[in-house]
Amino acid sequence: LALWVPVVGLEIHAQISSNSKLFSGSQVQFAAPPNSLVSFFDASLPGTLPVLNRRCVEAAVMTGLALNCSINKKSLFDRKHYFYADLPAGYQITQQRVPIAVNGSLSYSLCVDNKMSQMVTKTVRIKQIQLEQDSGKSLHDDTRSQTLVDLNRAGVGLMEVVMEPDMCCGEEAAAAVRELQLILQTLGSSQAVMAEGQLRVDANVSVHHPGEPYGVRTEVKNINSIRFLAKAIDYEIQRQIEELENGGTILNETRAFDSKLGCTVPMRDKEGKQDYRFMPEPNLPPLILYDAKSLPANMNHQQVINIDWIHERLPDLPSVKRKKLVERYGILPEHSFTLLNEDGLAEFFESVVKRTQMKPKKVIGWILNDLLSYLKQHSLTVKESPVSSFLLADLLNLLEKKEISSTAAKQVLAELWKGEGKTPLEIVKEQKLELLQDQKELEQICQAVIDAQENQ
Amino acid sequence: AALNDGLRSQVSAALKEGRVTPTELCQRCLALIKSTKFLNAYITVAEETALKQAEESEERYKRGQPLGILDGIPVAVKDNFNTAGIETTCASNMLKGYISPYNATVVQKLLDQGAVLLGKTNLDEFAMGSGSTDGVFGPVRNPWSYSEQYKEKSVPKSHSEDGEFNWVITGGSSGGSAAAVSSFTCFAALGSDTGGSTRNPAAHCGVVGLKPTYGLISRHGLIPLVNSMDVPGILTRCVDDAAVLLGSLAGHDPKDSTTIQDDFKPFELPNLTDVSKLSVGIPKEYHAPGLSSEILALWSKAADLFKNAGAKVVEVSLPHTRYSIVCYHVLCTAEVASNMARFDGLEYGHRSDMKDSTESMYAATRREGFNDVVRGRILSGNYFLLKQNYEKYFVKAQKVRRLIANDFVKVFRSGVDILLTPTTLSDAAPYTEFIQEDNRTRSAQDDILTQAANMAGLPAINVPTALSERGLPVGLQFIGRSFQEKQLLTVAKWFEKQVQFPVIQLEEVKRHDSGVFQHQKSASFS
Repeated sequence: LALWVPVVGLEIHAQISSNSKLFSGSQVQFAAPPNSLVSFFDASLPGTLPVLNRRCVEAAVMTGLALNCSINKKSLFDRKHYFYADLPAGYQITQQRVPIAVNGSLSYSLCVDNKMSQMVTKTVRIKQIQLEQDSGKSLHDDTRSQTLVDLNRAGVGLMEVVMEPDMCCGEEAAAAVRELQLILQTLGSSQAVMAEGQLRVDANVSVHHPGEPYGVRTEVKNINSIRFLAKAIDYEIQRQIEELENGGTILNETRAFDSKLGCTVPMRDKEGKQDYRFMPEPNLPPLILYDAKSLPANMNHQQVINIDWIHERLPDLPSVKRKKLVERYGILPEHSFTLLNEDGLAEFFESVVKRTQMKPKKVIGWILNDLLSYLKQHSLTVKESPVSSFLLADLLNLLEKKEISSTAAKQVLAELWKGEGKTPLEIVKEQKLELLQDQKELEQICQAVIDAQENQ
Repeated sequence: AALNDGLRSQVSAALKEGRVTPTELCQRCLALIKSTKFLNAYITVAEETALKQAEESEERYKRGQPLGILDGIPVAVKDNFNTAGIETTCASNMLKGYISPYNATVVQKLLDQGAVLLGKTNLDEFAMGSGSTDGVFGPVRNPWSYSEQYKEKSVPKSHSEDGEFNWVITGGSSGGSAAAVSSFTCFAALGSDTGGSTRNPAAHCGVVGLKPTYGLISRHGLIPLVNSMDVPGILTRCVDDAAVLLGSLAGHDPKDSTTIQDDFKPFELPNLTDVSKLSVGIPKEYHAPGLSSEILALWSKAADLFKNAGAKVVEVSLPHTRYSIVCYHVLCTAEVASNMARFDGLEYGHRSDMKDSTESMYAATRREGFNDVVRGRILSGNYFLLKQNYEKYFVKAQKVRRLIANDFVKVFRSGVDILLTPTTLSDAAPYTEFIQEDNRTRSAQDDILTQAANMAGLPAINVPTALSERGLPVGLQFIGRSFQEKQLLTVAKWFEKQVQFPVIQLEEVKRHDSGVFQHQKSASFS
């Protein structure tokens, strides 16, 4: 059988977490009434001009630094032209010639053969990060033959992160995106929730024989979750392989992922390749960023962005946090991944550890096996957990002090899930789950049991 | 009263002393607008709001608290500036009936200082043109067509074969604003200048037309033609008045990222008497093909004027001048194609009844909304911006633009303070003659002397100089260093004083001039 090398690259659009839009002062908010967050500029009223939002630039610099990029001290804005109902100006302002950050990398981890205990670290190169405007939304109402346009999202700031085709399958892409998501959320530069459209991923997929040039690639869009990302990519790889093995060719086209059918389908014909007629944005001067060395002496620091200043204030990235968890608590690396993967779980764990004498290595089991599985079963987030870290700590203390058995502890935990406000101690007393320590009493009970048996 | 008495020294005093009230001024102007309706200078006259503004100004004067020199002064604004509550059409079907929800920064500044906004003036559609003849509301007529001076000199030729009066054009694209100032219906008007659109009509209508340095005055609210070259232009009857307007409009605007951050300090123009320290450059390339012998002679005479007054007058060279037309064409059409992309009928403006699909609605809307000139420029611009053409045309033109700008830098660095050139190739043409050639041809011809200043972002001003043999105004242009408006206007003011350009003799003006106008012989109102 011929060997195929799949090649996967990603174009990720992350909505910047900011109060106002990239070039105008209207608010950024999810699910607001249609056309309630639209400034004159967003609606492309003639004569309006873009004004760059500082916070968006800072978000992009933070993200660039976290992804080991070179930050371009001078970057430029361009217009990308096409006609569409959700693009009021007839062009998008983006950074095509010189983006704000280039040449970075992202490390992510994968389990080998689905075994959590064997993790391997991979790296994907980040080609660039560019600032650009989001478009509005158009909803097609086929029954009334009309299109409804909502411009709330038009002009919201986006960071487009381009990942080079260093990945080989859906799993790698999913892991890379997951790690990016965690980084963005840690930085606060984007909330990166895919379900709310704050993180959108398009995949570029191709296959080729080893040693031969890269094959024709397709672009896969309309992917709404990380799980679907992996599925869509793997389907597309398979589709291309089958197509080529049957003597067909791959078209350089855009395909949409159909989550119901689990396959990719060609998107509606866009009448050949679009020429976006890129042109410099004449209303925005070049974006100049400074570092400690290049910062002019008498510059008003409100007017400038100092890359070094931002660098110094970056929070611990997920990879660093994981390392610290492993070092501090002696847990396994794969445990640290799970802790960071659930929003709030690491904090919960640390809170419990602080309040209990039980060793962290034992606590982690209760967190990952008991707490987490219960949360998953009931589709709850850590924040929504009826069992707080305090309660769990109390329970684990009882166990640690040998006042109850571990079986009893599990029973108490089940009771605590009901969230009736009882403390572990109260439940233990109620259900008479105390471990008997008194030797004499134990002997008496045992004797009674033996006696009862003999009587039968 | 002298030519350079104007708003600052005369009108302001008259208002403060109560010799005339803002309401009187406003009413007089409104009446004059009505009796000069045949000029077609105004698209919208905002009579009600203007009178209200005048009343409010009057209250302030009564209390002894006028907001400044512009308080109560009637002004007009070219119809490509956004004015809240007053229609803004750009003389296009695309924006007929469009009522903007906001004021352009320059309009707001005028209103904040108490100016009385009389209305919106006529122009070439979307400011594309050099005649003010190609808007949907019809052409603007040059007031000088009806002047005694023109009638004296041109009566035999002023009627065409069928007896129709052969009026002359205002030039463009800010023809309505120039005509409004020229015919005394307002004291000052805003125009725009992208390739000469303020200076050209100023020259043909015998008024002062100032193009400020790019980045000095905010473009927020000015519907753009070419974002990298557009500036709001100032039209007045004397140089001093232009300085007053400049002082009230210039300065950083956070809403326009292309305005400079530096503080701007309004200035009063000194009365220059000694020009011996001045070095005036005469760029030889501005002796352009088609330059009338009359204007050539006038230009020469002006140069001699400076020389005889003790200034150093030198011939200089701006070698890339001859490439500026073609360069401008590429850059202008490219930006136009981009700027006009927003007119799709979806959010505002004209929307076609075509409902088959979004694309067909867009296409029909744009076909119906734009005239041929606009559509022609969009098509050209899109061609130049195609991926396969971008380097060849757009990038090349950017480079040529840099060379043109550098020509000026070199000349100014060589010790020259100011450049003296003609503004137009000839005096105003009769309308019937002008329309023999298409808009593109005319624009290319007429822009040659003015557009290099836009490419380089430099300040430039037309000063009315003399009447031609046909009795029509001819102006000369001064081009100054970046942000050196004070020097530019000081020299212009000196020159204005030397040439003593005559006041237009218009019957309509005389009729309305009972009292206030009568005392003055100057071209500026006082």
